[in-house]
Amino acid sequence: MRTSIDWEALSLKAVFGLISLITIFILVAPTVVILILSFTGEEALRFPPASYSLRWYAALLDANELQDAFVISIKVAAITTLVSVVLAVAAALAIARSRSAFARALETLFMSPLILPALAFGFASLMMFSLMGLRPSIMTLSIGHIIVCAPFVLRTTLASLAQLDPALTDCSTSLGASDAYTFRKITLPLISRGVISGGFIAFMASFDNVPVSLFLQDTRTQVLPIYLWDIIQNQLDSRAASACGVIVIMTIILMMMMERVAGFSRFIK
Amino acid sequence: MANATAMRAHEWQLALPLALFFALFFAAPLLLLIWISFQADRQMTGGLGLAQYVAFLGDRLNLQVLIDTLLLGVKATCLCLVAGYPLAWLCTRVSARFQALLIFLIVLPIVTSVVVRTFAWIVILGRRGMVNEAIVALGLSSQPLHLLFSETGVIIVLTQVQMPLMVLPLITALQRIDPNLANASSALGAGAWRTFFKITLPLSMPGVIAGIILTYTACVSAFVTQSLIGGSRLLYMPMLIFQQAMDLQNWPFAAAASMLFTVSVLLIVGLLVALSRSRAAQLYG
Repeated sequence: MRTSIDWEALSLKAVFGLISLITIFILVAPTVVILILSFTGEEALRFPPASYSLRWYAALLDANELQDAFVISIKVAAITTLVSVVLAVAAALAIARSRSAFARALETLFMSPLILPALAFGFASLMMFSLMGLRPSIMTLSIGHIIVCAPFVLRTTLASLAQLDPALTDCSTSLGASDAYTFRKITLPLISRGVISGGFIAFMASFDNVPVSLFLQDTRTQVLPIYLWDIIQNQLDSRAASACGVIVIMTIILMMMMERVAGFSRFIK
Repeated sequence: MANATAMRAHEWQLALPLALFFALFFAAPLLLLIWISFQADRQMTGGLGLAQYVAFLGDRLNLQVLIDTLLLGVKATCLCLVAGYPLAWLCTRVSARFQALLIFLIVLPIVTSVVVRTFAWIVILGRRGMVNEAIVALGLSSQPLHLLFSETGVIIVLTQVQMPLMVLPLITALQRIDPNLANASSALGAGAWRTFFKITLPLSMPGVIAGIILTYTACVSAFVTQSLIGGSRLLYMPMLIFQQAMDLQNWPFAAAASMLFTVSVLLIVGLLVALSRSRAAQLYG
């Protein structure tokens, strides 16, 4: 047995450990800064705040435009999630069972919105809807969001289906169960974690989407991230901090719930 | 066999609704985008031609914006890789409990709104923000640095915002490597650094390239971060397209700019995919 210290291994661990620490700090810092800043008692946004209060949270109660934007964002995200889950889970069932080149091509097509610049797609949709004579509405917003959010559901559902033992569904079918019954009783319960995780990612992606919403909204249907983007860019209103605080708290609670229900972080890779 | 064919036909129907949705609301708009980009004049009177592309490429300023955007992506992606790789490495070498905590911290930013995270950076990087007060207090600089509204600032923030997209595929790739290989390498006398560069890093290349593709495409089209941190002085392609399309209502020009931007990004992604295929072929025969 060698008893001397392996300095080389130690130096590798030290360097990698140090960089990791810095990276983790940088990853977490903004969330912490927003949370603390949202409780500032001052007029100006300075970190760290000189005094603390709930005044900017209270101010959210009279912020009508902000509340309207929040409601529209929630509506769009709910419609987007619902439609994305139904369409993408069905498509995932078809794609996962097939080994053909056509199925791979379909998968590539359904995944491509994640690689293409979303802004170009948003602009293209605007032109199409306006040539069709459709005005921006919650419907146009939702359609655009479904295109960029359905890939998330497809991906997590495919990952779950890949781990599903085909013998289980074969058994069910050979014992005389209909396809629909097998899906409800066998497949769906076994892939539910992937579906729920995908639905959650789709919901948050829609709630946060700017590049597509920029083109598909109008003043009546302004979404929350664009409203916030606007006030941060133009007047740096302190209510932006408390609104961001609400979003952060909401995100953390939802994410912990999803982690418990669906082991969600495993699916995001 | 007849049963199998019937089954297949039946299963295809399940992909049909999404395929139809994509044909109508994804393929059709993109085809329209291509068609409009070839319109000869901005009133779109019907004449086709390359006028919009000539106009874009003929103007050095526009060309510079395209190059700046593509380079911005390269810089932020490199920083993501250098800062993210050690973290991914650490994640595969700690206990399951600690790993779960680390992954939670890495994933949290992805689901937290980009606007929220960018807003936090405005406060952190501002002239009287934390970073500048620390720099002045430590005597590193006599006056606050211009971190906001500078390319450095945009790169720093993009790195944080897109980091998870780099780290997660790296973790997956590193977890797939057989630990016996590194052990064999050190048993044969290679030091830790040599084992890392000769064994671990090459074997994790599929994850590196997957991470680069995801991070790069996200960085170049990060409209929110680019516009809020870059301010009005720094112009990148997403903002250029938005201004041409919405403020100037010049659809054919904005369409041509979108096409050039999209094609450049896809070419770079295609190149990376080809690179990863040849790496995989080298590694696994």
